[in-house]
Amino acid sequence: MLRLVNVNSYFGLVHVLKNISMHINEGEIVTLLGANGAGKTTTLRAVSGLQPVRGGKIFYQGKEITGAFPEKLVELGIALVPEGRQLFRPMSVYENLELGGHIIYKLYGKKQLKADIDGMFLLFPILKERKGQFAGTLSGGEQQMLAIAMALMARPRLLLLDEPSMGLAPLIIKDIFKMIAQLQEERKLTVLLIEQNANAALKIADRGYVIETGRIVLEEKAKALMANQEVKRAYLGKDQKEIWE
Amino acid sequence: MDQPAHILSDILQFIFMGLQRGSIYALAAMGFNMIYNATGIINFAQGEFVVLGGLMMVTLSTALSLSIPVAFVLTTLFVTVVGICMERFTINPVKHPTVLRLIIITIAVSIIIKGAAMCLWGKNSHFMRHFSSSETWEIYGATILPQTIWIIGILLCIVAGYIFFFNYTMTGKCMRACAINRDAARLAGINDRKMVMLSFALSAGIGAIAGIIITPIIQMDYTRGALLGIKGFGAAVLGGLGNSMGAVIAGILIGILEAMAAGYVSSHYMDAIALIILLAVLFVKPSGIFGSAEAMRLKEF
Repeated sequence: MLRLVNVNSYFGLVHVLKNISMHINEGEIVTLLGANGAGKTTTLRAVSGLQPVRGGKIFYQGKEITGAFPEKLVELGIALVPEGRQLFRPMSVYENLELGGHIIYKLYGKKQLKADIDGMFLLFPILKERKGQFAGTLSGGEQQMLAIAMALMARPRLLLLDEPSMGLAPLIIKDIFKMIAQLQEERKLTVLLIEQNANAALKIADRGYVIETGRIVLEEKAKALMANQEVKRAYLGKDQKEIWE
Repeated sequence: MDQPAHILSDILQFIFMGLQRGSIYALAAMGFNMIYNATGIINFAQGEFVVLGGLMMVTLSTALSLSIPVAFVLTTLFVTVVGICMERFTINPVKHPTVLRLIIITIAVSIIIKGAAMCLWGKNSHFMRHFSSSETWEIYGATILPQTIWIIGILLCIVAGYIFFFNYTMTGKCMRACAINRDAARLAGINDRKMVMLSFALSAGIGAIAGIIITPIIQMDYTRGALLGIKGFGAAVLGGLGNSMGAVIAGILIGILEAMAAGYVSSHYMDAIALIILLAVLFVKPSGIFGSAEAMRLKEF
């Protein structure tokens, strides 16, 4: 469904993505593991059109999308839930959802948008309770749910999630991951997930990539990655001693 | 003479005068804010939009003797198109936009518009008849022109339209979204470049209306843009950059203070008042009286 071929990207003079090649099949959950600054977020931003790509190509459903504008990609069905819950804080929850479904409004009109928002409220009942509140006043978990709901409003087929668990309590993280797996099943979504919490990510993922200083160094089935000693040491928080035992 | 009554009528007179001029500053400030919210820059050609509106109105209503409503609409459309052209040809093509670059471009555009206005309309002032009668009315010893009522009425209509547009229409919400969080707006599928163009169109339109309604009172000429622009900027800063409702109140406040300065000190110092206020605000509370420190992104300069 999504294929990256030798993608390179720069921040000014800094070479952040070095020949990234990866693919995601229809209906898969794929996770991208890596340390801070390895280029995980940049990869997602490149796919969603926010980060300019220099050299390399990105294909989506067989068509090249390198260099396309983000709003075009949203129309094609790629939605990114960015890191750090990027909401429109001084606007109400309802308005945030409306803006998330901006594309639906453009294509199908106001009625359909309203129906879609009602549908979203069934999925996230907590958002219905909070619909008149400013998005900035929600709790962290609620904000993350709103961010995911906003992305879903655009009816994506490929959902890119950037650290959905950042700064959340463990119980809420569990909920959110359960929801992601459930959504993927129900809506036939394809998911690319970045996560610091590698354990949780690998549990729901089919496959995983490991990225180190801008390069893909490993590609495996999620189960195999969990068993991989190097991955265990670096990303799953189990030190060598434990492995030796 | 009855002293208290005299003071009352004086103050009332200053308030009328202040409302008249202040409304224009308020409209100019709203134009500044719209572009500031969309792009983070101050459009120094804002005053020029006001001048173009005034001059075009004079031509259409006097030389071509169109009726005032028709000329009003045509003039607003004309200046809106100028605003769109400005964005399309000077702001949009900039490859690596930085705040400073874009601001210098707006200064250049303001000089170009000023030069073009001088060539087209000449250096003399242009007169225009009032919208309705030019007979003054007397209220408690103070006089008010019917044109002032028009100005206040049109300002109120624009404020109402502004509130409606930004709170109840999808396009308005998209513009707000772009101002709040550009990346998130793009990820929601909003075309941010279109929103920038729209902000230029709207602020040019509002500038034109300001020019149209003030021209019968101040006689427009091609040099007025700079001063109107600066005073509008003063109002925008006093109200808190980006906060348009603050700008309306601040604009009217500056207008009234100006009128009082003219009455109690000397009319020579009238223009200085706006600048003194602008400096004082920048020294004491750069976020403006209605702006929060968080909203203030002046540090980008």
